[in-house]
Amino acid sequence: MNELSIANASRRDFLKASAGLTLAFYLPSGIAAKAGGAASFAPNAFVRIGSDDSVTIVAKHLEMGQGTYTGLPTLVAEELDADWAQLRVEGAPADAKRYNNLLWGKMQGTGGSSAIANSFEQMRRAGATARAMLVAAAAQRWQVPAAAITVRRGVVMHTASGRTARFGELAAAAAQLPVPEQVTLKSPQDFVYIGKRVPRTDSKSKTHGTAMYTQDVQLPGMLVALVAHPPRFGGKVKSFDAARTKAVRGVVDVVAVPSGVAVLGRDFWSAKRGRDVLKVVWDEAAAFRLGTPEIVSRYQALLDQPGIVARKDGDAAAALAGAAKRLTADYSFPFLAHAAMEPLNCVIRAGADLCEVWNGEQFQTGDQDNIAAVLGIKPEQVWINMLYAGGSFGRRANPHSDYLVEAAQIAKAIRGRAPVKLVWTREDDMHGGYYRPLYLHRLAGGLDAGGRPVAWSQRIVGQSIQAGTAFESAMVKAGVDRTSVEGAANLPYAIPNISVDLHSPKLGVPVQWWRSVGSTHTAFAVETFIDELAHAAGKDAVQFRRALLAQHARHLGVLELAANQAGWGSALAPGKAGEKRGRGIAVHESFNTFVAQVAEVTVRPDGGFGVDRVVCAVDCGIAVNPDVISAQMEGGIGFGLAAALYGEITLKDGVVEESNFPDYPLLRINEMPQVEVHVVASAEKPTGVGEPGVPVIAPAVANALFAATGQRLCKLPLRLA
Amino acid sequence: MLTLNVNGVHHRVDVAADMPLLWVLRDRLGLTGTKYGCGVGACGACTVHIEGKPARACRTPASAAAGKRVTTIEGLHSRAAKAVQAAWESLDVVQCGYCQSGQIMTAASLLAANPKPSDADIDAAMAGNLCRCATYHRIRAAIHDAAKRLA
Repeated sequence: MNELSIANASRRDFLKASAGLTLAFYLPSGIAAKAGGAASFAPNAFVRIGSDDSVTIVAKHLEMGQGTYTGLPTLVAEELDADWAQLRVEGAPADAKRYNNLLWGKMQGTGGSSAIANSFEQMRRAGATARAMLVAAAAQRWQVPAAAITVRRGVVMHTASGRTARFGELAAAAAQLPVPEQVTLKSPQDFVYIGKRVPRTDSKSKTHGTAMYTQDVQLPGMLVALVAHPPRFGGKVKSFDAARTKAVRGVVDVVAVPSGVAVLGRDFWSAKRGRDVLKVVWDEAAAFRLGTPEIVSRYQALLDQPGIVARKDGDAAAALAGAAKRLTADYSFPFLAHAAMEPLNCVIRAGADLCEVWNGEQFQTGDQDNIAAVLGIKPEQVWINMLYAGGSFGRRANPHSDYLVEAAQIAKAIRGRAPVKLVWTREDDMHGGYYRPLYLHRLAGGLDAGGRPVAWSQRIVGQSIQAGTAFESAMVKAGVDRTSVEGAANLPYAIPNISVDLHSPKLGVPVQWWRSVGSTHTAFAVETFIDELAHAAGKDAVQFRRALLAQHARHLGVLELAANQAGWGSALAPGKAGEKRGRGIAVHESFNTFVAQVAEVTVRPDGGFGVDRVVCAVDCGIAVNPDVISAQMEGGIGFGLAAALYGEITLKDGVVEESNFPDYPLLRINEMPQVEVHVVASAEKPTGVGEPGVPVIAPAVANALFAATGQRLCKLPLRLA
Repeated sequence: MLTLNVNGVHHRVDVAADMPLLWVLRDRLGLTGTKYGCGVGACGACTVHIEGKPARACRTPASAAAGKRVTTIEGLHSRAAKAVQAAWESLDVVQCGYCQSGQIMTAASLLAANPKPSDADIDAAMAGNLCRCATYHRIRAAIHDAAKRLA
């Protein structure tokens, strides 16, 4: 068992680290000063080696379950030739100069399944640089050529003379040496950690209740704030009466903020009791008042009108008109809540010229800017401690920093006189907006007389996630938000005439990316419609896809691997009397990772159904940690299945109807299928795995339900007639 | 004033009688391993043991726990619990980890009552504990693994 300790993970270390951070604030590059205790060697922003032989890896990405606090250290340890047991992981501070996401330009943040993809070389170089300096220090000390020195599992060795030294013994000397500009990285055949399972660095603390989440932060004198939000998006406070609230034991203050009325108490329960009896009159002049049926009918009208072109190959309309066989289908996808297990929260301590934040921090640069704007300080004066997030699925990377700005407003309203922990209840979290948008799609396809597809047309209607955000200029081109059409505009199938167009209506419901973003809806429409075309052509679903993917070797690779491993084409074992069984497949690329899944379902006589087994094949380039990859596929399948079976946020007269898990059900263990994951061996650069497992399961299940029942389901969540 | 016996230690706490045990544990006693997930007893993140039986701390008024033996993840030392935690670590069950204290509390109770549970027994016992990361596949495997460790 690995005995890693994580600097920001255990409560005792956290308190030490917290004190260190506060002092360090006045120093530039505070985190280096925070190194703490023993003299240390820090050749770059990512590695610190202590004279106690500890190797601290500074992780620039949030650990929200996807395994970054294991994957990033693996990359450093590989090139450093460290012993896994000597590693510690520490969350990086907010400082985009050193910790930017290399795929996001100058911004620091975690998302788009990019943590390993953007860090693969950077972290390895960090490790290799440190290794080269340790070797140089040993060469100097032993008066031998550097080339005669080897390093293995944390030990520097000169075999000819039998001399050895641990990293800690060389740290002080290495720190005096110049940092080399060039380092040579290992060849893949020399990898000792990459490609093999190393244990997660967060298992122990998360298994013993000592892992530190934002919800667990307690600062001296800290107040807990709950905010009464308007019942409808766009509502504002007109007036409030806090007389009864202030009489509640433990309530300390009640203040208006732009997003509502904040009740501050000595603990959660006091603030909650206080908020329960608060009277607020809302100004709903600008409030959003549509219900889901009205939104859907407006969108349906748009389905009949041409949208902005996202892809045009040939002439799909003409080819459709001339096709021997034509199919059409309309799809409907609801709003979805992220519903991470840790409801949204953050802790803020605001001073005159500094503000310290504790958060499951996913978008440092945007959050620094937005908090600084509220407090009238500079972004670099917003110091952010990145704690574990109890899930996020995209929600904590809010381009408007919604809950962080709310906390900053509360801190401002009380003039920073106490640290504040803002807690959203589960109901606040579910009502709080920033959903996966509601989308409608219209698909049309044409087959020639030989059953070959000759035309494909796809129209998408739904809000732009990026409009009005800092990402708009980069991600919205000529009126097309890339995240609205990803997975559709890049349709891999070889069809001569393709048209994809888009309507992005504006609506007063706040929306945001949700684990796998555009692919959450595009993969379903594309992969069930291609299945429908295969059926209409009288062809096997795998054969039909295979013939259209000749130019897409990696799609083809996972498609065939999943099909073979699942026994595609063999008979399924029959169910019990009255039950129907079926098998379905889907393949999809998202974030440059390729995934195929085969789902087996059983439909009961009452129309209820269960997913029994899922065989998943994934190609994410070099598999840094195959076990973490499998875990992300398993979890992604469960997450996607929750949406397929249940996920639906609905509005009535502008009010969100769901509040908590009884009316927004998540997947439970008895609904989790058996999952087998097969990872494709690859020498390509590694790509992400946090999201790509999610979008494939719903179409695979829908195709399996068709195989079992003959019913084509085009509306999520899936309900059989 | 209430007297609570938590993890074998007696605490005198001055709280409203209706304050849920969850918030007494977290905000007054600093035992933050027990998590808030829903507040309505629907997710299991707040699972503790009261007199050895799993209970939802968010729906248990502090007064109802007074005078009873309360065990949280921090005080979980039974043989079954140690097997569960060892299995959880060896299979790397956790992802975000937020629900896992509750999962482990329930799994430890299951194994204490049923040392060799079937998949169906596991599903029945664990269905009240939500995991948004859907680590269920490994939870099942880890409970079987823990059962082997106990055998």
